[in-house]
Amino acid sequence: MSRIKACFSVLKESHKKALIPFITAGDPAPDLTVDLMHELVAAGADIIELGVPFSDPMADGPVIQRASERALAQGTNTDDVFNIVEEFRTKNDSTPVILMGYLNPIEVMGYQHFAEKAVKAGVDGLIIVDLPPEEADELTAVIKPLDLDHIFLISPTTHGVRLDKISEVASGFLYYVSLKGVTGSNQLDIGAVSEKLAEIRSKADLPVGVGFGIRDAQTAEAVGRVSDAVVVGSALVERIAEHAGNNEKMKKEISSFIGSLRTALDSI
Amino acid sequence: MPEVMKNTNIDSLKSMPDKRGHFGNYGGRFVSETLMGPLEELEQAYKKYINDPDFIAEYEHDLKHFVGRPSPLYHAKRWSEELGGAQVYLKREDLNHTGAHKVNNTVGQALLAKRMGKRRVIAETGAGQHGVASATVAARYGMECVVYMGAEDIKRQAINVYRMKLLGATVVSVEAGSKTLKDALNEAMRDWVTNVDDTFYIIGTVAGPHPYPAMVRDFNAVVGREARQQCQEQAGRLPDLLVACVGGGSNAIGLFHPFLDDKDVALYGVEAAGDGIETGRHAAPLNAGKPGVLHGNRTYLMEDKYGQIIETHSISAGLDYPGVGPEHSWLKDVGRANYVSVTDVEALKAFHDLTRIEGIIPALESSHALAYTAKLAPEMDKDAIIITNLSGRGDKDIHTVAALEGITV
Repeated sequence: MSRIKACFSVLKESHKKALIPFITAGDPAPDLTVDLMHELVAAGADIIELGVPFSDPMADGPVIQRASERALAQGTNTDDVFNIVEEFRTKNDSTPVILMGYLNPIEVMGYQHFAEKAVKAGVDGLIIVDLPPEEADELTAVIKPLDLDHIFLISPTTHGVRLDKISEVASGFLYYVSLKGVTGSNQLDIGAVSEKLAEIRSKADLPVGVGFGIRDAQTAEAVGRVSDAVVVGSALVERIAEHAGNNEKMKKEISSFIGSLRTALDSI
Repeated sequence: MPEVMKNTNIDSLKSMPDKRGHFGNYGGRFVSETLMGPLEELEQAYKKYINDPDFIAEYEHDLKHFVGRPSPLYHAKRWSEELGGAQVYLKREDLNHTGAHKVNNTVGQALLAKRMGKRRVIAETGAGQHGVASATVAARYGMECVVYMGAEDIKRQAINVYRMKLLGATVVSVEAGSKTLKDALNEAMRDWVTNVDDTFYIIGTVAGPHPYPAMVRDFNAVVGREARQQCQEQAGRLPDLLVACVGGGSNAIGLFHPFLDDKDVALYGVEAAGDGIETGRHAAPLNAGKPGVLHGNRTYLMEDKYGQIIETHSISAGLDYPGVGPEHSWLKDVGRANYVSVTDVEALKAFHDLTRIEGIIPALESSHALAYTAKLAPEMDKDAIIITNLSGRGDKDIHTVAALEGITV
């Protein structure tokens, strides 16, 4: 059983919700990322979403764009990302790690080569922001035999036929982007999220995570009530940026932030 | 049948893209899930109106009375004589309202936006030409307009920034990344994702996700249709060769497309070699890049070995882009078009030559096409015909050229 599947089934048995923090690999520095990942797990993270930095992150808001820029300025490249995961795995063999990024760094390496390296490093799944299912056949064919999960985004504008198609090809879990706009946007409408999740669940058996717009314990709890997993990105990355340069303070800050989300989710 | 079509399984080179927006291996729709719905809506509206006689009549009416089409096909006799070979005809897109071919597309897309009930248009711009053309049609059709422009380009193109503001547009300075055209495009996409209900994104070149490369081409193909007819009227036959500059490639594809199946007409797209291809400081992905995915489509790109997009260089802001329209990538691979490059220095020489010999000040973008024309023409017979796309006028570049020569205007 894949780590992601195992993770969700354990959580389901104990009636818990998955907490999925996002950080960008190499932000604020490549040699800090593994520490931060362990810190996130200690504070209550169930799955880690690790951003692969890209020069043109079209679907990201300013907070995650700048994280990408900081990571690239430090020279973080795709091989560094694999090394980070490999090092994380020396001390943690159970927490799933998902890479989130854009297609071009994968294309340039070649699908097969990229996927093999990812698996070898201990990566469990991929979210490729700019690869909708219509263009994904070739990559899916490569990663499926390797047991890498292919996680797709679903948005408020995803309807009918496309939702069917996504449910068919996706594995691991489904990632619902709770609002129009880029990462780090505000104005979360729980009513609308809940309605859309019901539609998604009527078509797919996979767990459903919700991201975009989760800023604090309160929004995490509200979203956790209607979903299987909560993804928090910009609000976490903001804290990393704020305390860059003071590593101990940064770790303390993100640990208490993730801890507060954990408590909120466990109160459901 | 053209020789190159042995490489393809299609009846006409003009029949691309396929249903999914692919030009062979290129093009497609590589965007975040949130944009898939809006792009399908746009594609359906576009397909509907491009075949709607009322829409076409309104578009043609405005091209004639607002833009000033048809633009002349001008036989540059003195320059041809100077070059000592082929007869060079210039397609005078510089005479259009707003001074470049860009307005053909913005009129089309703004009319489409109106039909789709969108009250707000957004655009990205590099040199500012597409921004001005977008602000112009927004004023003309009474729509709100926001233009995204890299902070670096805003510094380089102060006059166009002011023109856009005069026309009532809001110009947003983009501070991310290299602060140039590609970053402006990223930012405009982000705006569109957020405000998609009431907003139409007018992309200025034949790149972006499907249907943009096909749609922008179709709105610019009026250039090639007119040139084809004008050449037959003036010279009694088709030209031997077409030349156009290629940044994203909208003026080139506009000129080339109606000639794609005319196998005896050679096509030359001219990229910006900047300081020289060998220096790495250029903007020539078709000459020195490789295929990848950026801005919603698969195409030739300038990237490093990890797939990060690298900074480009050209004297001409309008060619300073790391990608290129996917149809050009396909035309390169099937061998229908030739893609070459000229340096900043060569383009500047052509800028001065045309200005002094023909009394026409060309845009620095178009000067690249002229510079390559000057290489080709002397090698050809005196009765051979070249059509070169004079895609824009050079008024906007006067300060750049003056500064290079140490003159304060």
